[in-house]
Amino acid sequence: MFNLNYPFDDEMIMQKKKSIRKELLDKDSPFIDKKIAILSGSTIGDVKSVLELFLLDQGIRPVFYEGSYNRFYEEAVFGNAGLEEFQPEIIYIHTSNKNIDVFPCVGDGEAVLAQKLESVYRRYETVWTELKKRYGCPVIQNNFEPLAYRLLGNADAYHKYGKNNFISHLNQKMYEYANANAGFYINDISYLASWYGLEKWSNPSHWYLYKQAMDLNAIPLLCRNISRIVKSLYGKNKKALALDLDNTLWGGVIGDDGVENIRLGEESPEGRAFTAFQRYLKEISTLGITLNACSKNEESLAVEGFSHEGSVLKRDDFISWKVSWTDKNISIAAMAKEINIGLDSIVFVDDNPVEREIVRTRLPEVSVPEIGSPEEYIKALDQEGYFEITTLSEDDMNRNQSYKAIIQREILENSIEDYGEFLVSLQMKCYMSPFTEPVIPRITQLINKTNQFNLTTKRLTENEVRNAAEDESVITLAARLCDKFENAGIVTAMIAPVKDGEAVIELWVMSCRVFKRNLEFAIFDELIRECKRKGVKKIKASYLPTKKNLLVKGLYEELGFEKTEESETGTVWSYSIPEEYRNKNSVMEVFYDEQERDNG
Amino acid sequence: MMSRKEIMDKIQDIFRNNFDDDTLIITESTSAQDIEDWDSFEQMRLIVAMEHEFKIKLDIRAVAALKDVGDMSRLIEKKLSIAQ
Repeated sequence: MFNLNYPFDDEMIMQKKKSIRKELLDKDSPFIDKKIAILSGSTIGDVKSVLELFLLDQGIRPVFYEGSYNRFYEEAVFGNAGLEEFQPEIIYIHTSNKNIDVFPCVGDGEAVLAQKLESVYRRYETVWTELKKRYGCPVIQNNFEPLAYRLLGNADAYHKYGKNNFISHLNQKMYEYANANAGFYINDISYLASWYGLEKWSNPSHWYLYKQAMDLNAIPLLCRNISRIVKSLYGKNKKALALDLDNTLWGGVIGDDGVENIRLGEESPEGRAFTAFQRYLKEISTLGITLNACSKNEESLAVEGFSHEGSVLKRDDFISWKVSWTDKNISIAAMAKEINIGLDSIVFVDDNPVEREIVRTRLPEVSVPEIGSPEEYIKALDQEGYFEITTLSEDDMNRNQSYKAIIQREILENSIEDYGEFLVSLQMKCYMSPFTEPVIPRITQLINKTNQFNLTTKRLTENEVRNAAEDESVITLAARLCDKFENAGIVTAMIAPVKDGEAVIELWVMSCRVFKRNLEFAIFDELIRECKRKGVKKIKASYLPTKKNLLVKGLYEELGFEKTEESETGTVWSYSIPEEYRNKNSVMEVFYDEQERDNG
Repeated sequence: MMSRKEIMDKIQDIFRNNFDDDTLIITESTSAQDIEDWDSFEQMRLIVAMEHEFKIKLDIRAVAALKDVGDMSRLIEKKLSIAQ
């Protein structure tokens, strides 16, 4: 059995590529198919075959367009029939410092220096704007890694004639572009080169013999890094950590040692390592990743650990709290249900190899990293790239608040017997509008990461969403939901093109955070309203089953649709809009963004 | 000191691994003409694997002049004897 997780053996991967590939393709888990174009600034053959392995490992089966050697500029900027026919869904530009054609020379005047920087940068920006115009798909671009030699010694880093200084300036300009342009992502090979070791990375033999921009054995590291960006774009990031307590968040066993004797805080080297790990976890939670406890412990004793003065984390930082003598696989399954996320969104962190093995075997979807010793915990989690950020919305940053609201709502729900009454007591307000430019990134994110309330599991790029928004014959609906506990932001989206007097619901997703709140009724009411405005009499819809969306199998029946077809691939439904339609929603107030609709 | 036979056995293992074919038999006269998948990329992978296996560093002039497996094994033998 091979290993593509941290720490992997890069030589083994390079040598056994073919058999690893077979093994990955033989797995019976489903793949999503993606078309990826690699444009070349140097040799890309092995980049392609190793990238394939890392993507397969993430459940993504790529088909590649392989650009001609060092023709990235021409292939992007001038017409390219091959690439146009291929219709890439992602474009990766494999360039490096070998592709910087002009550098400062000692003696250059200020004007020449500025002009050199501008002309090198402009060449790349032209590539990106052309690709955006022609293909409109996400573009992944390598930044530039440092040169292996320093003409000016240390001054190369900051002197105006320093080539490495020039490279930093180029990178800065690239980052400005990345921050200003959605759908453009940097593959940070400058970091990879330093992580791998610049001396090893800059292997001159491999460059002169094979035109390989970096050491051949650095390719797995490079490809893993690219695959992280890709999997994040397709909603495959993790959402929650299930954390053991003893010897994971502090040194020692709190039940045996007592809170005064656990190792945590500045007093001991081990304590410092655990405090640093807790600080790291606290930082992760600011990205919207939930922290949850999963520990076999005496609950009343375990909670004391968080009152220790060296404890960065507090009891309140945990959303789901599974501290008991129950088996951990059972606790984790219950946790997934409680916060309403899939098992494949959970990372289980435990110092005990036996517990890790049990969870790995019984819940194979849960990610279980080898975390090493306390001083290595941060590295182990970081190197797995579970939480690669390609978009960071306000919703992400508020997510923990939202999970807390879920639990508060559950408490309220249990105190009110009638469910309808409970929904009314939430004082929900729903704000509806068609898709508008500022929220397109959030809608795209929702479309690509929603698995449960997702009728067709159709995934779209930001540009495809934008096209739907701009097309007047397409009904688009998005809604925000607030209740007395939180403002949940945009939580549902629908795309329904109208053709020949019929609307077809091509896509309908809803965040799992707002299930069972009758929001689907409110959306449907609005769809009907919009159909009536457009003179549409009939709505068609289909349900395409996956392993995860059984929840909505009966949705259209519940809404009053008639089933017209049923096959292995799914069901097709039809709804004739009655003259007198009565709104189905009666539990929330609905506000319409008329202005946005009329303007555009 | 590794014998020529031992070197050839290790080279054979590397070939089997890289071409993912456990039945592959190579001799000193085996060259890129004899193995369909042996292109310039594969050449590069073979060299990198050999450098790793024998813990040697081959300079680019010597690598560029290799014609068949016999050349490879002689080059490796020479490197190992210098290393001794």
